[in-house]
Amino acid sequence: MALITIMKNSFLIVIFGILGVHLIANDDLFEAIIQVGPKGSGNEKLVKSWPLVKKMSSSDIPHLLKVMNQANDLGDNWARAAIYEILENAGKQSLPKDETIAFIKDQSNQGSSRRAAFDFLNSISPQVAQSLLSTFIDDPEPSLRREGVALLLTQAENLEKKEQAVEAYEYALSKARDVDQIETACQSLEVLGKEINITERMGFLTEWQVIGPFDNLSRNGFSKVYSPEHGTNLLKKSHTGKDGPVQWQTFSTSDRLGLVDLNQPFGHIKEVLCYAYSEFDSSTDQRVHFRIGSKNAWKLWVNQELVFARDEYHRGATRVDQFILEGNLKKGKNEILVKVCQNEQTESWTKQWEFCFRITDLSGTTIKPVN
Amino acid sequence: MKLYLSLFIITLSPSLAFADWLGFRGTHGNGLINEDVSPDLSLSAKTSWNVSLPGRGLSSPVLVGNLVFLTASSGPQQNNLHVIAFNTQNGEKVWERIFKATGRTICHKKTCVAASTIVSDGNLVVAQFSSNDIFCLDMRGNLIWLRGLTYDYPNIANGLGMSSSPLIVNGILIAQVENDADSFTFGLKLKNGTTLWKKVRPRGANWTSPVTLKKNSVQWVGLQSKEGLAFLNPSNGEILWNYEDGASTIPSSVISSNNVVLIPSNGLTALEEPVAGQAPKQLWRNNKLAPGTGSPSVSGDQVFVINRANVLTSASIETGEINWRLRIKGPISASPIVTNQTLFIFNEEGICQVIDISLKSEAKVLKEIDLKDTILCTPAADQGSLFVRSDSKLWKIGPATKN
Repeated sequence: MALITIMKNSFLIVIFGILGVHLIANDDLFEAIIQVGPKGSGNEKLVKSWPLVKKMSSSDIPHLLKVMNQANDLGDNWARAAIYEILENAGKQSLPKDETIAFIKDQSNQGSSRRAAFDFLNSISPQVAQSLLSTFIDDPEPSLRREGVALLLTQAENLEKKEQAVEAYEYALSKARDVDQIETACQSLEVLGKEINITERMGFLTEWQVIGPFDNLSRNGFSKVYSPEHGTNLLKKSHTGKDGPVQWQTFSTSDRLGLVDLNQPFGHIKEVLCYAYSEFDSSTDQRVHFRIGSKNAWKLWVNQELVFARDEYHRGATRVDQFILEGNLKKGKNEILVKVCQNEQTESWTKQWEFCFRITDLSGTTIKPVN
Repeated sequence: MKLYLSLFIITLSPSLAFADWLGFRGTHGNGLINEDVSPDLSLSAKTSWNVSLPGRGLSSPVLVGNLVFLTASSGPQQNNLHVIAFNTQNGEKVWERIFKATGRTICHKKTCVAASTIVSDGNLVVAQFSSNDIFCLDMRGNLIWLRGLTYDYPNIANGLGMSSSPLIVNGILIAQVENDADSFTFGLKLKNGTTLWKKVRPRGANWTSPVTLKKNSVQWVGLQSKEGLAFLNPSNGEILWNYEDGASTIPSSVISSNNVVLIPSNGLTALEEPVAGQAPKQLWRNNKLAPGTGSPSVSGDQVFVINRANVLTSASIETGEINWRLRIKGPISASPIVTNQTLFIFNEEGICQVIDISLKSEAKVLKEIDLKDTILCTPAADQGSLFVRSDSKLWKIGPATKN
């Protein structure tokens, strides 16, 4: 009896030992996925530990999805690759569906990892995945929300009675966050006789103070620091432009997608730049998306901090939400400064000197100023 | 079970490769097909097939053994990056991997995020996308490594989209990611994707692809830009030779079998085999040989160019003298591929024009095959068949079945 007990215990020790080593090894891999960074940092370690994936089973997939929660976009892709490899080895149907569904439904998980879980589920059990779509209409993850809104738009399109269709499109519009879905809903409502103020709904900033022109000969103005880039209370300062003193002037746009056409206040001039300034009163400190579109070279500062700069001219059209940049708004007044540059090209498709700008939360919901 | 396992291994084994097609414009990047391809190709041949593809793509197919590899991009913002392997025999999908774009995915509507062609060394495949995400996979679709070059450097991007296809040279992946803002070329270690070197390159949108120059046992990498063509040592990125008389930023250079460098520059410029540290020596320049969107191809002593007016021209690689000209059906975005007898070119309307080039004095269209779809990609060829794709379909076009 004692011998049997000893054998049992030894067996358990061996089993737990193997499992323990397995778990520790897996943890190393998971940590390497979380730690992988830009510029190839962490690649070497990940490549070395990657053979561990071959020893993983489908039961590791929920853990990998959790790992995605902590990983950056690169780690997210590494984790996806690990899940693919596990499913290839264990068989696609081995995906733990119930745990995957629970993971998708749990909004405390990162949106991108929930999206990945949805994609795996959809590729293996499309009917189960599609049954979740209606639950996504308020989802904080934009790509999942989009799926829910697409369903609402399809439902609205299939309604024959005008009143019901208007109601359905209005509901879809209230949930839509992506430009194309908002446009689809608005256009359908207009056809049905309902006017929508898309400018207000999408929260474009339409009132700006603009100043210019400043010199941008040979495109050198982009990196040159002109006086509006210095300090606060910009509107109170006088500035010297390309041809002498220049002053701030109010410019507002009536374009439905908030396009600020800088040729209007300054004329069709080349090799110049200007600044546009606006204030945004935020109800709270918050993490937001600054969404700017421009086919010209531009820089964006919020509260004197450079958010992003893009030195490229006329490579395609200006698009709404062309650049989505994560940043901070502080409670109260926020100063927004945009530098917009025009180059020397003379072709008809290089006339535009323009930008559009709005602010949303991280799920794409418009944030409007308090006042 | 054993039978299934054997079939599986056969399906995935690159060792059965005959004449692989390992990258953009073929294994040697010059559009030359190193085998006979019958001009009598047919969509209804027994070996022909077509399969559906997800999303969008204009990258070319790449062939290793009995697998054909392809990229695609899908989703409302083309954020889903697909790498897919099909069986060359029957078009069956062997595996598909879908990753998430970490860089910008906005493109001109004519192009898309899946514009760059995969490259392979016969054991691994490397896919690069317009978002500048790079994925290195083995033949079974298992990830070896990945990089996100725009994730690393957010200003590596082109508002119209990027399309340069990568190269593999001496265990180094060459990724040319040049544009108006942060303009670089990278040498990445093929074994783990870490950066071996990074070179600042001329700023300016650039859609050309790098080329290799084989000098005995040594290989150089040629990088084209608006400034010209520079050959680099792939091991350290050091410039060995530099032509600075400008070049196109759309069609790429081509190198002949005797190492004459043909650059889309001031029409077409031919330079003697480059010698390290020496100035380029011009053989000839012909402004009537300016290529349109597609790159030149070479076969024997001829170079083939299609200009913006859809005129296909054959010229002597040695002298630049024009042998013949032939107006073909355009518009054309693809590059031609050639055997020593036949040239194959797809126009944007999906018509494959099979052209007899066996005579130096004239050429004639032998056959047209209408795919009835938009074709922007350069085809691949292997074992007597052509492989070509649209956004939504991949075709294998085999030789017409004899009765």
